[in-house]
Amino acid sequence: MLNPKYKLNPKIFDTDVEINPTRAGFGEGLLELGDKNPNIVGLTADLSESTKADKFEKKYPDRFFDVGVAEQDMAAVAAGLAVSGKIPFISSYATFSPGKNWETIRTTIIYNKANVKIAGHHSGVMTGPDGCTHQATEDIASVRSWPGLNIIVPCDSIEAKKATIIAGDTEGPFYLRFSRDKSAVMTTDETPFEFGKMANFWIPDSPAGEPQVTIFAMGYMLYYALLAAKELETEGIQTLVVNAPTIKPFDTEGLLEFTKISRAVVTVEDHQVMGGLGGVIAEYLSKSTPLPMEMVALQDTFAESGKPKELLAKYHMDVPDIKEAVKKIIGRK
Amino acid sequence: MDTLTPEKVLDLKLKANRIRELIINMLVKAGSGHSGGPLGMTDIFTAMYFHILNHDPKNPLMPDRDRLVLSNGHICPVQYATLALAGYFPLEELDTLRKINSRLQGHPHRGTLPGLETTSGPLGEGLSQGIGMALAGKMDKKDYHVYVLTSDGEHQEGNTWEAMMMAAKYKLDNLTVVIDRNRIQIDGDTEKVMPLDPFSDKYKAFNFEVFEIPGNDIQLFIETVENAKQVKNSPTVIIADTIPGKGVSYMENNYIWHGIPPDLQDVPGAPKKGEQAKVALEELGKIEESLKREGGISN
Repeated sequence: MLNPKYKLNPKIFDTDVEINPTRAGFGEGLLELGDKNPNIVGLTADLSESTKADKFEKKYPDRFFDVGVAEQDMAAVAAGLAVSGKIPFISSYATFSPGKNWETIRTTIIYNKANVKIAGHHSGVMTGPDGCTHQATEDIASVRSWPGLNIIVPCDSIEAKKATIIAGDTEGPFYLRFSRDKSAVMTTDETPFEFGKMANFWIPDSPAGEPQVTIFAMGYMLYYALLAAKELETEGIQTLVVNAPTIKPFDTEGLLEFTKISRAVVTVEDHQVMGGLGGVIAEYLSKSTPLPMEMVALQDTFAESGKPKELLAKYHMDVPDIKEAVKKIIGRK
Repeated sequence: MDTLTPEKVLDLKLKANRIRELIINMLVKAGSGHSGGPLGMTDIFTAMYFHILNHDPKNPLMPDRDRLVLSNGHICPVQYATLALAGYFPLEELDTLRKINSRLQGHPHRGTLPGLETTSGPLGEGLSQGIGMALAGKMDKKDYHVYVLTSDGEHQEGNTWEAMMMAAKYKLDNLTVVIDRNRIQIDGDTEKVMPLDPFSDKYKAFNFEVFEIPGNDIQLFIETVENAKQVKNSPTVIIADTIPGKGVSYMENNYIWHGIPPDLQDVPGAPKKGEQAKVALEELGKIEESLKREGGISN
């Protein structure tokens, strides 16, 4: 059942659940930051409307810079602004930023200790019809090994707004991962969100019930993990579903706490199977408490054009795939 | 800027010569690093830190300071030597260049050593960072000027041209690019590796106000900077035709010295390995004597 502690959207499992892309939450968060802090500045590489930075741009044109189709310039200009006291948010598709400008970010933002927030949009295969060139599926793997970088992948538009505001209020470089497709709004304004912490959104039905498997989900894939957990419950399989938005620094205490009873892990993410959420958890568990794991993710292949849901099914990241992974791991225990 | 008297010009020339000696010594001790670029840019660095820049070595983060962004980080020995002579850190620390536990990294790292405005080494990224600083200066209504020192070879990086478009878009007249036009890069002559000429026409086409000067004349460089600062509503660029290896006869204009220190290996036309630094320092000593003679200063 949904964990009442988190005051989640009671309509999560309804067919008419509200849907909104996480990029919308970014746009609202950036605007709110702009209202309260004059040092917040925005930059984009010709993708203001698409990344929802346009709300900020319209209200604060003097604090917004469209660099044109030039992601390397965007990153390094932001570094220069940051070392001069500004708090820049750079906003583009993640395949271009932090993709095309990877080394520029490494040198001028991360190693340079510049207080820049990188908003990477159009993450995952659920970006859909634009096709593989615009579906960022390696972004986390490509930036997670940078020392000092913070990474948040919000699960819905409300959490995206909270994550954006926390990034603006916290000193240091951030990578925020957002998505294009409208996805279920699972949290509410009242849902507590703490940077660096994971949260068990789904728990066994009765107080005495013990979870057989813990499902960790990243971003909007949490919705599909919750749908799988609900179906599994009717089949008599109890799970914990954990929302893990902070990828770095990772909540290792939470990881151990939420696997203490189940002793089995399934990870769910719209990202390559290497170097994402599953990779983080495997790295840590192998050093502390090795546990059997299954990883629902893009399995070392590129995707293609299609409707988001079609892609999720074809590339084995849909609800039936999550359920199958849970059953498989129970068999391995 | 103070008035540029003949006495001040002589003092700057002597300081430049002293910095060249420091560069030779630190490169030999490091056993690796670049010689040609640092020696070629010594006159410009001397003019910057000892006359042009509004800065305070005792207060490196002074908010209103002028910013000097070194984009081609591999010539950092000249910046390190100049910063040390200006009083940012002890001269003895120059001996730690490229060594473990040193603040003098092989390529500059902001925050590690006082006086560095940015981190550089990978090429083509300095102008964009300078633009960020110049934009912040405009937003905050500050009077500081941003100087971005670049190499000619690094203009082969696409990022540079992205940045040039942006500097013109925002009419950044508080930004001056200085190009070390020494015509050499690691693989040889810039015009053979990937031609850059007509260089000034390219900058003009990108809506910069362009100044072209010989790059080893301190007085001329200072006067040109003064003129560049008068330009309104557009960024400026000074293309400085420098002599790589300037001050050491066997290094001048020889691209082999772009990326190696003295006494690392035998080089055609140079003294034997083991004699190179000694000869270089002797030549610089003679230049110092002649400068003092011209200025009527006795030893």
